[in-house]
Amino acid sequence: MKELSEEELLAPGHRACPGCGEALAIRLALKAVGKDVIIAQATGCMEVVTTPYPETAWRVPWIHAAFENVAAVASGVEAALKVMGKHGIKPIAIAGDGGTADIGLQALSGAIERGHNFLYICTDNEAYMNTGIQRSSTTPYGAWTTTTPVGVVKKGKDRPKKDVPAIIAAHGAPYVATASVSYPTDYIEKVKKAMAIEGPTYVHVHCPCPPGWRFDSDKTIEVARLAVLSCAWILYEVEDGVSKVTFKPPKRRPVADYLKLQGRFRHLTDDEIAEIQRMVDERCRRFGIE
Amino acid sequence: MKQVLTGNEAAAIGAKLARAKVISAYPITPQTAIVEKLSEFVANGELEAEFVKVESEHSALSVCLGASATGVRTFTATSSQGLALMSEILYVVSGMRLPIVMTNVNRSLSAPLSIWCDQQDSISVRDSGWVQLYCENNQEILDSVIQAYRVAEEMLLPVMVCFDGYILSHTAEPVDVPNQKEVDGFLPPYKLPHLLDPNKPVTMGPVGVPEYYEEFKCMLQEAMLEARRKLAEVDRAFGKRFGRRYGLIERYRSDDADILLLTMGSLSGTAKELIDWYRKRGERVGLVRVRSFRPFPAKELVKTLGNAKAVAVLEKDISVGWTGALFADIAAAFINVRKKPLLMNFICGLGGRDVSPLQIREAIRAAARAAETGEVKKPVRWLGLREKLVGLKA
Repeated sequence: MKELSEEELLAPGHRACPGCGEALAIRLALKAVGKDVIIAQATGCMEVVTTPYPETAWRVPWIHAAFENVAAVASGVEAALKVMGKHGIKPIAIAGDGGTADIGLQALSGAIERGHNFLYICTDNEAYMNTGIQRSSTTPYGAWTTTTPVGVVKKGKDRPKKDVPAIIAAHGAPYVATASVSYPTDYIEKVKKAMAIEGPTYVHVHCPCPPGWRFDSDKTIEVARLAVLSCAWILYEVEDGVSKVTFKPPKRRPVADYLKLQGRFRHLTDDEIAEIQRMVDERCRRFGIE
Repeated sequence: MKQVLTGNEAAAIGAKLARAKVISAYPITPQTAIVEKLSEFVANGELEAEFVKVESEHSALSVCLGASATGVRTFTATSSQGLALMSEILYVVSGMRLPIVMTNVNRSLSAPLSIWCDQQDSISVRDSGWVQLYCENNQEILDSVIQAYRVAEEMLLPVMVCFDGYILSHTAEPVDVPNQKEVDGFLPPYKLPHLLDPNKPVTMGPVGVPEYYEEFKCMLQEAMLEARRKLAEVDRAFGKRFGRRYGLIERYRSDDADILLLTMGSLSGTAKELIDWYRKRGERVGLVRVRSFRPFPAKELVKTLGNAKAVAVLEKDISVGWTGALFADIAAAFINVRKKPLLMNFICGLGGRDVSPLQIREAIRAAARAAETGEVKKPVRWLGLREKLVGLKA
């Protein structure tokens, strides 16, 4: 961490909420990659809070076009750099979970398959936060959102989280990793690695959202860390098809510890929490985590 | 050098001569041959470009957007459903003032599914802030693509070169292909005032808050209106170098005409034959072809049509629930003009239906009758419609 640049390439003063996990993820990523970069960003919280004209928080070249096409825009940037002979710049596409797992999945799949030399960072806060907390396909099982309300018949999301890193790995991308803002060294190393490897690389970073997940804004890191310690969110990387867990919690915490910090899971019964624990256990088995 | 080329080949050669550096497209009938040809050029090393073969038209235009902003000349081509899928990004491109050039091979929109020609696809995105040029023949397609880049890059406006599916896209005719050196002399290298460059970071495509959004749109409108002058200027310069000019509108035996046809695209070719036939009989019938639909050359049209007694607007599109789009625009152009012709609208050739000389004659006759009586009983009519099938009286 000592070697990390002190220069802020995402300027302070942007309008993200206090404790925003996404803003932290982007700030750290820029510290990892430095100035020689071009960022393409999908529509979402981060685009809105960082660029209300005539202000901008971006101290690196940045472009935004629409919600679902950031991987295609980055493809165009990369193709242009290639034909211009500017080989030292690897563009980065950044999108939230909606822009990645749902509306942007087709463009992302296309760009990865074509093999563009770019990094895609998904800042996953597990719902459509920019429009006010609607479920996305990465919203976890059981979570309350405004479109998975806790009603009489239905209580929270009834489907598990879509596994986007596995989808990207299945494309044969040379490098795919998951990360958490609460493990910045691990995250930064992964971003650096993803930038150094030629070809399409993918980092999926777990970004707690205080207003969306219903916790106090000083608890972002604590919540993110408990996701990792309980293995509700597993840190791993897939390099050339070989999967490796990069952080194994010495002793797994019960998933209830993670869930209980967040208002979005407040309605869950003990049975439902036990069900989520079973889902986490099953996933841990697949990753060889005790 | 004269070559026998289809419209699609002419479009591809135009993009090659313009030295497009990033090409991105998705196959769709009847446009596909353009991107096949360009793929060949790139594969054979005849064109030094990156061809990004995307998974949708939405991504095709998005790739061009990213590449254009990074600093290279871009090209894409599409038709119909593909253009409809792109439509979200059409507005983004013009809003960001990126000088992308595309060809749209005019094809009808589903449903019912039809791969055949009409102009509903591009007409439906007329408000997207793209310059729209409609070509009459394959020579004009090639020339318009080259002209389009100069207009686009000098005005920072995207340009859509439209031409009729099959009627032009798949029909071969002799085309004079300029040599590369001549085109290089006409078209300077790509230049944008702002690029995505780490040495000079800029933010492109920010949030436009209510205090600014309207000004951005007004600037786009002003640029589009100014593009009328630019189109004429570039066309003049093109004429000087290559000996061919097109104008924003084309006038065909229109000077003394009592009855005028107003058309866009390949339909004009058939109609001109008929005009000659009428002229031989001493009847004062002429034709005006709109080449630039956006920006709309209202002044030129009012001046040219103003002396006629009746104008029959023939078009391959309809704004469902009202009239054809060209008819509505020409009516609006005359709104505050005292001396104006009677205007009639003929919807024709939808979904690839052939527009025959007989049908065009029907329109001319109806316009002549209106001119005689001084009244238009039914301003919007269909040509070549099988009325019985839809329960209408013939």
